Amino acid sequence: MSRESTPGHADHPHEIEMPHASLRDYLIGFALSVVLTAIPFWLVMTMPLSAGATAAIIMGFAMAQIVVHMVFFLHMTPKAEGGWSLISLVFTIIVLGIALAGSLWVMHHLNTNMMPMPHDMNQLP
Amino acid sequence: MSTKTLAAADEELRFYDLDEHAHPEGHSTMLGFWIYLMSDCLIFAILFACYAVLGGNYAAGPAPKDLFELPLVALNTAMLLISSITFGFAVLQMQQGKVRGTQIWLAVTALFGAAFLAIELYEFRHLIHIGATPQRSAFLSAFFTLVGTHGLHVTFGIVWLITLMVQLNKHGLIAANKRRVMCLSMFWHFLDVVWIGVFTIVYLMGMLQ
Repeated sequence: MSRESTPGHADHPHEIEMPHASLRDYLIGFALSVVLTAIPFWLVMTMPLSAGATAAIIMGFAMAQIVVHMVFFLHMTPKAEGGWSLISLVFTIIVLGIALAGSLWVMHHLNTNMMPMPHDMNQLP
Repeated sequence: MSTKTLAAADEELRFYDLDEHAHPEGHSTMLGFWIYLMSDCLIFAILFACYAVLGGNYAAGPAPKDLFELPLVALNTAMLLISSITFGFAVLQMQQGKVRGTQIWLAVTALFGAAFLAIELYEFRHLIHIGATPQRSAFLSAFFTLVGTHGLHVTFGIVWLITLMVQLNKHGLIAANKRRVMCLSMFWHFLDVVWIGVFTIVYLMGMLQ
């Protein structure tokens, strides 16, 4: 998948590192994605479980499917590009988590601590 | 003035980059493109955060349950997922050095991408027709911005696909074109990853509320 080590440079001066894809990877990824997509749709369309349980399950399936896409379609490995791909991904996930959780947290507090107000501002004394 | 920090004249000079090695053209393109995708990911993160905050503000207008049709969304999702694996087939053809095969699978990918866009535009047209426009409520503003930005990315992905097919026609599978195919592959699969978030959080979670 990745270049052996630095001595390889001298042998192939014009080769650049590219992830190697295989048919097997794509087929496994596709089959897993279909299953991980179909089950959430089925759960929401037929509602065999309570809304809370369904929400938790579909979020879990989404996370799993994102990992499947990363591994089988985007060929992410801890060693790709000498680890820099993974580091930038981890950094992005941290910022993403702060942005999402922070927004929800702050806005939730704003909503709950807001003084009740009439819809029509002109009615304010 | 002290000269202790300077190296002695007879000491051997040392540099940090001891092993001088070649930097072939485009050796950092893949990583650079990955970092671009990460920055794109942050754009979507902010739009998802907006949707999460504003998604419940209907302003006495329609809610997700009144608007979304899951069978249509499922069809849309299928189109994008199939286009992902057809792009995979294009990459496999490229690895075997087959120009024609690569172009054909890229064309198939573009067709599925266009089908996705057509379904999405049909949905938008329907929503606007029944009065659920972006101006109607904060929920609809956030919805159109998030889903519309994803749709715009797919549009540019299709433009790039067509450009790449022309480039392959002109120059064949040269190193630069291989690099472009791999970059677009990353872009396309990344859009599919974003769509997983969209259909889960916007459509499926919306129907549960």
